[in-house]
Amino acid sequence: MMARPNVLMQVQDLRVKGLETGGTILNGVSFELKAGEIFALVGESGSGKSVTSLAAMRLLPAALAITGGEVRVAGLDLFELPEADMQTVRGERVAMIFQNAMSALNPVQTVGEQVAETLRLHTSQRGSALRQQVLQLFAEVGIKSPNERYSFYPHQLSGGQQQRVLIAMALACEPNILIADEPTTALDVTIQQQVLALIKGLTRSRQLAVLLITHDMSVVRNTADEVAVMYRGEIIEQAAVDAFFRNPKEAYSRRLIEALPNLADFHSAFEGEALLELDDVKVHFPVRKGILQRISDYVRAVDGVSLSIGRGETYALVGESGSGKSTLGRAILNLDRISAGSITFQGVSIHSLNRRALLPYRKKIQVIFQNPFSSMNPRLTLREIIYEGVDSLMNLSGIEREQRITVLLDRVQLGAEFSQRYPHELSGGQLQRVAIARALAVEPELIICDEPTSALDVSIRAEVLELLQELQSEFGVSYLFITHDLSIVPGLAHRVGVMQSGRLVEQGTAEEILTRPQHPYTQALLASVPRVDAAESTDSTGE
Amino acid sequence: MKPLLLWSDLLIYVLVLMLCLFFLRLRSDPQTREHWRRVFSTRLGMVTFTLILVYVGIALLDSLHFRRALEPVAGTQSSERFYDNQVTSALDVMLGGMGERFERTYSSPFALISFAKENMKDENGALYRDFPQLEHAGRHLSAPAERWTDVLKKSITALIWGLLISAVLVGMQWAFLRRSSLPWYASWLTQTTVICLAVWLVLISPYYHVLGTDRGGADVAYQSIKGVRTAVLLGTLATLIMLPIAVTLGVMAGYFKGRVDDVVQYLYTTMSSIPGILLIAASVLLFQVYIDLHPDFFSTGMEKADARFIALCFILGVTSWSSLCRLIRGETLKISQLEFVQAAHAFGVSHSRIVTRHILPNVVHIILITFVLDFSSLVLAEAVLSYIGVGIDPAMGSWGNMINSARSELSREPVVWWTLSGAFFFMFVLVLAANLFADLVRDAFDPRTGSRVATA
Repeated sequence: MMARPNVLMQVQDLRVKGLETGGTILNGVSFELKAGEIFALVGESGSGKSVTSLAAMRLLPAALAITGGEVRVAGLDLFELPEADMQTVRGERVAMIFQNAMSALNPVQTVGEQVAETLRLHTSQRGSALRQQVLQLFAEVGIKSPNERYSFYPHQLSGGQQQRVLIAMALACEPNILIADEPTTALDVTIQQQVLALIKGLTRSRQLAVLLITHDMSVVRNTADEVAVMYRGEIIEQAAVDAFFRNPKEAYSRRLIEALPNLADFHSAFEGEALLELDDVKVHFPVRKGILQRISDYVRAVDGVSLSIGRGETYALVGESGSGKSTLGRAILNLDRISAGSITFQGVSIHSLNRRALLPYRKKIQVIFQNPFSSMNPRLTLREIIYEGVDSLMNLSGIEREQRITVLLDRVQLGAEFSQRYPHELSGGQLQRVAIARALAVEPELIICDEPTSALDVSIRAEVLELLQELQSEFGVSYLFITHDLSIVPGLAHRVGVMQSGRLVEQGTAEEILTRPQHPYTQALLASVPRVDAAESTDSTGE
Repeated sequence: MKPLLLWSDLLIYVLVLMLCLFFLRLRSDPQTREHWRRVFSTRLGMVTFTLILVYVGIALLDSLHFRRALEPVAGTQSSERFYDNQVTSALDVMLGGMGERFERTYSSPFALISFAKENMKDENGALYRDFPQLEHAGRHLSAPAERWTDVLKKSITALIWGLLISAVLVGMQWAFLRRSSLPWYASWLTQTTVICLAVWLVLISPYYHVLGTDRGGADVAYQSIKGVRTAVLLGTLATLIMLPIAVTLGVMAGYFKGRVDDVVQYLYTTMSSIPGILLIAASVLLFQVYIDLHPDFFSTGMEKADARFIALCFILGVTSWSSLCRLIRGETLKISQLEFVQAAHAFGVSHSRIVTRHILPNVVHIILITFVLDFSSLVLAEAVLSYIGVGIDPAMGSWGNMINSARSELSREPVVWWTLSGAFFFMFVLVLAANLFADLVRDAFDPRTGSRVATA
């Protein structure tokens, strides 16, 4: 840093309380935003990072109230301003972009019109000059063929494109401060990189002061200039990014950083008998049209996938959303019928079995879902949830049955006293342990883990993954690990398959895939994986 | 005295019993208990629920029917006993013969003289035209001028009695409930008000027509009270007939999808494209013809009216299931895609078990909310149907019929406003209480308004 950049926004000792609960949400948060720099506010869900930005913009929900502190933008104390002036501050000085671009755009107006609308409020330009300026903005945020896209509706654009439109809209009034609240969380990893690069580029070219709110350390690593770690409504550590990653001071920060995986540690290649074999499996969903529901076309969700999983092996199936990896999991569980190919489990082809004949195999193949909150019936106790499979698939004597729950809950580090609780009383991490216990209860040989950690906070993620690995070595169970996140693959999987649009584009041992990817798609995925050693290397994805 | 069990009496007692059992069963689920607690921890919840209970209580009392034994006619030597064709209920007894004091025609509230002039003869036999004295109002007064002081005196006596009775009742409740954290005092206040009003009405009605009389000279206050049973019964019965149809079809469509879904969707789309009033009117008229052709099935006029009433409930129930069905289908579609249902499939749990254990408990909030909301709309629907002449048999007291008669009364000069007001007041209190209660139930049960993450 050459000269001290000028400070555009100052937040001093910001305090927020919940009106009904009286609990402290923010406890004296202070920071500064400087022109041309990205300031990252990082923390887990509930740490108060979004509340900070909303409070600074006086956009808090009615249940929360600001109890102290001040926010200064260009010499104005925002908490002193009348609401009408605050409106102008929000549009012309500070702009915001949010996580979910689709819901921030009006679905019945073309994207060009929506950006023009914003411009019309703040400039006197009309007609073709206005259109020209929108096109210029579109070009600036990297929307290809802007002239054509001008008349597109939001649903016709991909998530990344929508986010770009939102950024264009935010920039329309030429603000000098940009607040980005988890701008890339809803996007696929490869798109995520591009949008972050765009924000970074705009920060430099327009000399914006950016407040970037994120839970993702890799985003911070690649994008931010300065970082502040939030924990329970307080900033516990604040430093320049390089210094922070080289030498984090707080134990909590260290934990967040260590949650970034080590890409050098691989499982050795796996040798053993095959448990599950898929041969050219296809899952096609018919697209029906017209009053007679004639089948007009098929959605090829899974289009010819062959793979095999050995006993005690972990096979990681990697791909972005919509690549068909979850559908494949559902097909193995026989929740979706396959259209062609075969699924063989221990030499028996299970895809053509009826409900009754399948029961013995239901016991052997189990599943853990992504969202622990929706994978449990909120109206049952944990005991009822765990016994559901046991009662339907196994014949246990009374004592055996009673002992099982204690053993299981102990094994997933919860303790038997949890058995009478309801799901909403537990945290996400605890619930995911219950989901694991529920799957283990029927002594399966293969567990399909469908993104089991992506709904969890980073610090809990590692614990759950560790538990899964322990259980593997203890019970010799195999995993089909479905994930979009290549970074958790090393140290977990023996083999990796990469899926794109229903096809398996590449598979091999974890080491092969992660160190010598052949397919360009795998390479793109890998390029977007955060690396711990990135601190030393120069930023390659930045511009 | 000979007890008479009408079909609707039987139904109302079975229904109330079923509802009690249902709520008792719900108590076992701690989450549901928590929701009910939230409803009743508000003063509004207590007040509205007490009011609804009062209405239900009146309806239950009014459903204990019997026929009075007639005095043997002098001179006949028959051992056979004859019974009155007029059906009486326990409520009539409690109201102290309020419904038996007929006048000739209209009279305004607390009036001493009739609303219309009549030809009368004076002592000399000369014909003159004047307002006649009412037969059952103010006969005890020595001069008409004493009327308001008399009313005041009687009201104060009634108030004292009312307060005494409520003191005893509330005192008994207080002894049991004083440690409860719920706002019972709101309920007690409502109870006191209702009891005072009831005692006042019973004590004063032998001397005056509190709400006047209608065209046929019948007491309007009495008729309004008789309308309670019709409204409460229609509201619950029609909803309960509609519920099983809507829930079964909705859950089936949402759970099994495919062909089943197609059939159910066609059914309710067709159903909702036929004008409801037309369908109801046609069915009621058809049934009326059937009743008229078989007079031997019914021994009293009340039974005839009752048959038509039950038919109306069925018709209302059968024609109004489509909107709830659509809601439940949508919710079931959503829930059956949730991962806990997928997990149950993966555990090989049977369809029936998945439906009863996972789907139904998670749509109960919709059912409850619809039940309470539809109740009030059905009470209103009855009024509309009676107004166009396809509603309740005129022999059975109902607010709709009273409002219907108001059509001609409001165009008179001076205007006859009390029939409409009586019906309106009773209906308004019930519907308002039911609507406010429905709002509270929705707030408490709808997972989206709660702080808890239920299905997110």
